[in-house]
Amino acid sequence: MKQPYERPTLRKLTAGALNKFGPRAGARAVTALDGVAVAELVARFGSPLFVLSERQLRRSYQAAVRAFGTRYPRVQLAWSYKTNYLNAVCRVFHQEGAWAEVVSGMELEKALLNGVPGPHILFNGPGKRRADLERACAVDAVIHLDNADELHLLLDVAAGRAHRPRVALRVNLDAGIVPQWDRFGFNLENGEAWQALGRVVASGRLELVGLHCHIGTYILQPAAYGAAATKLAALARRCAQELHTAVHYLDLGGGFPSTNTLKGAYLPATDTVPALDEYAEAVAGALLSAGFPAEELPLLVLEAGRALVDEAGSLIGTVLANKRLADGRRATILDFGVNLLFTSFWYDHHISPTREFSNQTEPTVLYGPLCMNIDMLRESIALPLLAPGDTVVVHKVGAYNMSQWQQFINLRPNVVLIDQAGAVHVIRGAETLEYLQQLEQVPAHLLT
Amino acid sequence: MKLRKNIATSEAGFIFNPATGDSFAANQLAADILARTKAGQDAAAIKADILERYEVAPGQLEKDWDDLLAQLREFNLLD
Repeated sequence: MKQPYERPTLRKLTAGALNKFGPRAGARAVTALDGVAVAELVARFGSPLFVLSERQLRRSYQAAVRAFGTRYPRVQLAWSYKTNYLNAVCRVFHQEGAWAEVVSGMELEKALLNGVPGPHILFNGPGKRRADLERACAVDAVIHLDNADELHLLLDVAAGRAHRPRVALRVNLDAGIVPQWDRFGFNLENGEAWQALGRVVASGRLELVGLHCHIGTYILQPAAYGAAATKLAALARRCAQELHTAVHYLDLGGGFPSTNTLKGAYLPATDTVPALDEYAEAVAGALLSAGFPAEELPLLVLEAGRALVDEAGSLIGTVLANKRLADGRRATILDFGVNLLFTSFWYDHHISPTREFSNQTEPTVLYGPLCMNIDMLRESIALPLLAPGDTVVVHKVGAYNMSQWQQFINLRPNVVLIDQAGAVHVIRGAETLEYLQQLEQVPAHLLT
Repeated sequence: MKLRKNIATSEAGFIFNPATGDSFAANQLAADILARTKAGQDAAAIKADILERYEVAPGQLEKDWDDLLAQLREFNLLD
């Protein structure tokens, strides 16, 4: 019987400062996802292939509820649709009890089609059109006001309605982090937010039910959430005292990180990202000490996205070719690129082989299949000696990739969900050329 | 393929170039190829033996052989 083959290769040994924090050298093989063999998934559904774990989706949701719910008595998660609005994913979270947080008319309709009652839909976003506002009013969604033009447009829409549309005010504030996100909502420190609140209440046409802020994305400082919660709570108390309006909920937005490692980070995110409990501790501590009477504690709403879904998603891909670059570096071309793995622009994704190799690794540049210079997935990654046809798994890709992906050069592949019993379901079929072209029209003079 | 005379190799795959001070780690097959080359075996014989012993198609081996040569050239290990 012949021996398994591994291509002959050399690795230059370089002396450098030892890194006692360094991760384990070499990549561990991941042969199965949620108990289903990678080889079986590829054989049945092709490559590339997005795989979602229902078990992990529920586990992440329950962990977030536990982190906040054990520290604060009234907590509600609103699933951030833009992070991944595949219906199956949304419905898992809605089954767990999540409301919907949407940022466009299209997302609003998706949430309604997924069975979310209007009053459980929070309509964020900086670009709502008149038709969006009318629809939100019709289904009694809560409109999160972003700017003065939108406020006045909604006042116009609300005129003559039997029921006052329910609104929350989006507030941006200094939570002690740089850069300060000030593009969403009304600024707190310069008085703009207070002025808008006065106008909302004085109009008599809108019902103020909440205050909202979103301090940023992938925020690594739990204390910033504590600062934001303190300021939002103070604003709510001022509404009660001076505007005689009780704010029912405080929405601290999203922005909680996952354990994907940001490009340029010295240490892996698994070692540096604070646990969700630390964020919960900061927020709950701020709210509980804000001076609300116990029976008037506002509902705490969180619009978690990435922290709930990232870990549940994997992307399986196949090596198409290996080559050597002019400077001697190894390059590997995979069958997926930045068209599918949009987050590779900001993460150094963890990538595993799917079979056992020797301990020999080679620094490799990972490219996608697009004929574009930007299509680089990893600038340098230590991978075993992959051969064409070998498969790899990219971990923690559940957030944004299945909504920000592009139909560009290649068609988008199957997305499957592995349910809690281990059954595999296609939740979005692979695109076809017919699907791609169905909206195109060719003028008659170009048909001959 | 002709290794520089002063290149030191070990069975375990350690390679040292005393002229530059560079050292390298070869995987098992590369170490085997280099040892045979130093012992004077020609490329055709080495490849035939690899095809005999390993699960590899001739085309794949040719491609990987060329890649090994490119690495050896890049690392200044060939005459």
